[in-house]
Amino acid sequence: MNGIVKEFPGVRALDGVDLHVLPGEVHCLLGQNGAGKSTLIKVLAGAHQPTEGEIRWKGEVVKLTSTAAALKLGVATIFQELDVVDGLTVAENIYLGNELATGGVLKRGEANRRAKEVLARLGHAEIRPGRLVGSLSAAGKQVVQMARALSHDAQLIIMDEPSAVLDQEEVRQLFRVVNTLREAGVAIVYISHRLEEIREIGDRITVIKDGRTVATSLPVSETPTSKLISLMTGREVLTNFGGDAVGPQSDTPVLEVENLALSGTFEPVTFSVRPGEVVGLAGLVGAGRSEIIETLYGARRATSGTVKVNGKTLRRGSVIDAVNKGIGLAPEERKSQGLLLDQPIYRNITLSTFARFAKFGILDERAERKAAKEQATALQLAPPDVERNIRTLSGGNQQKAMLARWLVHGCDVLLLDEPTRGVDVGARAEIYSLIRELTRRGTAVVLVSSEIEEVLGLADRVMVVADGRVVHTGPATEIDEHRVLDLVMEGAHA
Amino acid sequence: MSDSSATTTATEAGPAPVEQTEGQATPTRKPKLGGGLGLGQTVGLVLALVLLIAIGGISAGERFLSIPNMLVILQQAAVIGVISIGMTFVITAGGIDLSVGSVMGLATVWATTWATQNLAGQFGWIVMVLTAVAVGVAAGLINGLLVAYGRVVAFIATLAMLVAARGLAEIISGRQTQLVDYAGFTDTFRGDLIGVPKIVWMFAIVAAIGWFVLNRTTFGRRTIAVGGNPEAARLAGINVKRHTMWVFAVAGLCAGIAAVMMLSRVNSGSSSNGYLYELDAIAAVVIGGTLLAGGRGTIVGTVLGVLVFQVLTNVFTQNNLDSSVQAVTKGAIIVVAVLLQQRFATVQRR
Repeated sequence: MNGIVKEFPGVRALDGVDLHVLPGEVHCLLGQNGAGKSTLIKVLAGAHQPTEGEIRWKGEVVKLTSTAAALKLGVATIFQELDVVDGLTVAENIYLGNELATGGVLKRGEANRRAKEVLARLGHAEIRPGRLVGSLSAAGKQVVQMARALSHDAQLIIMDEPSAVLDQEEVRQLFRVVNTLREAGVAIVYISHRLEEIREIGDRITVIKDGRTVATSLPVSETPTSKLISLMTGREVLTNFGGDAVGPQSDTPVLEVENLALSGTFEPVTFSVRPGEVVGLAGLVGAGRSEIIETLYGARRATSGTVKVNGKTLRRGSVIDAVNKGIGLAPEERKSQGLLLDQPIYRNITLSTFARFAKFGILDERAERKAAKEQATALQLAPPDVERNIRTLSGGNQQKAMLARWLVHGCDVLLLDEPTRGVDVGARAEIYSLIRELTRRGTAVVLVSSEIEEVLGLADRVMVVADGRVVHTGPATEIDEHRVLDLVMEGAHA
Repeated sequence: MSDSSATTTATEAGPAPVEQTEGQATPTRKPKLGGGLGLGQTVGLVLALVLLIAIGGISAGERFLSIPNMLVILQQAAVIGVISIGMTFVITAGGIDLSVGSVMGLATVWATTWATQNLAGQFGWIVMVLTAVAVGVAAGLINGLLVAYGRVVAFIATLAMLVAARGLAEIISGRQTQLVDYAGFTDTFRGDLIGVPKIVWMFAIVAAIGWFVLNRTTFGRRTIAVGGNPEAARLAGINVKRHTMWVFAVAGLCAGIAAVMMLSRVNSGSSSNGYLYELDAIAAVVIGGTLLAGGRGTIVGTVLGVLVFQVLTNVFTQNNLDSSVQAVTKGAIIVVAVLLQQRFATVQRR
């Protein structure tokens, strides 16, 4: 077998990316959010066509016109969203689109037998082929996807952040499977931004940043982590989070959370936030950080505890009450929880305030546009045209529009869930300085972020959440990234 | 899942320069009559209408093009038109209402019972109107309560109402046709006003109010927000459940108004009034350009959709063509319209 070489400069989001993958290796693709990893994968999987550049498969130039074409060639992709059909059995999922049949009649016995073989090869003989996929865990679903890839005789399997949805034991299982595949001579492109995983499983690394490869095929064993980080972040590493924390401007807390709990999700938490203060919630995805702020916002109905804003108790499970009393939330999933994608920017900005502009129920769109325009200009929204569909904006600008919504509304407490996810570096800096500006004006901020650095850099106080419990609360200056990670690990095991 | 693939593709280009130039090419767009819809679609419907009228004119000549015939078309369009206005709200809010036709039937029955007409004899036609409207709104509210607070899927809740309202109408009327005896009602609602049938005026007024409410009021904005992204609307502080309930009430209100118009047209209440109207209304709304998934609605489109179907029906009748052929044509038009709509939508999203 020849070495597999793929090269593609081009595509707007990808501005000259080279990737060379050898058979029987785990090739890690490293890059920050928004660096172009997902686009690259889509090109590889045949979902997108490169505008320039070429893909070589075993030395020959190939055109991947569709995912089916890629699969036929032997390139299988396991996307982040586990695309399996919950209502079908394991065997049916493995042979989905490639059913074993004679004259349209399914050969169920044959499919089950062969599915069993494939699963055994992956070291997961315990998954019965007749089981419904919907009853499997995320890890199990991933195994099914890998089995599907193997059933197509895939020689290159692309895994897009496979560990993101798994717990630690499941990650270990995943690694065992990856090792099995590697030994069988299958090439694997492994995408992750958890460096420790890459250390453990990877053979070579390609780093991309802003749509370009900044390093190609570095051997994992010879590359120090610090070098990887500097490659990933480049000079643009944000040590400056829009200036120093402003600190509380009053001793009277604006937000008081007392023994707030959602049974089965997180245990009672108690904290308060003073005007101008930033409280950061650090922890892993799924630890319960987002759930805590969604519950205090009333989007989930708390099972116990109280939330007070300016001394007034909020009605449990009522977002409307929370908004009326001065809380705003920029949710984690901007597109599905925050925006009306088919509507113009100004209507997205005034989504919580249009009724206030209206007189006797009749909208005042002129006033709405004016207010939205002011915020768009102040936040340097690009483009500043508020008539445009919000769908056409980049992630960073969509996030700014989200923030603009609460600026127009005016709130005492702002809850920010992953405010810089999918946001490019430039817009990120702008969002940081906006948060600073807000605190200077006396807004209390509760911040959730997966990037520990961001939490530590922005917050006055940090709460570390692990496994639905707050395991540490303290000033941001008295804790560093390692300590947070240690706490997270300890908490997750406890 | 820290960077979902969908999010990143949009963002990787950074503050994309390409998009900025697009922004400059289209500086400020004036709000369109279609209510957030591309003008292209409205123009397409108008063209379809003109084409149909041309076909009618060529095939049936004066008989089709005469003013009395045009007024007949409008009169026939009026009842289903008012129902379609209500349907537009429900569909824009992301729901569906299958019960409108039978609720209208029930309202015509309830408004023409011996008791109601007797009361009308004492207090005037308003009794009959209020009865019809109250029946419609009550049925709508029940639908809304079930969907919003009972978390029953709109399709099922309103399907149940369809069956139940028809049944209730049969019980009340004893499956008899109830003639409108009270002359005060007929005097008020039958006949013309400035040469145009009164029910056509009613349709025009309901359509105008509907347009205003959908495009110019907080109620309309909430409807669009709830249909476009209920979760985002909820997290922005909109009372999604309560609004959903009121939207169904609006559909019921329209069914009630349609019942009054129906009574004026056929002069009798019957449990079979409005049979299959819900399907005609849904078809008109969808070919009009309102997104079946919710979040985008157009009253102008709905009115044009209703007219397209009525003109089509009339062209067929004027040419003495089989109504079965007409049904097939209607089906084809719905499919073509939806296909065009999808094409249009993808082009718009590039």
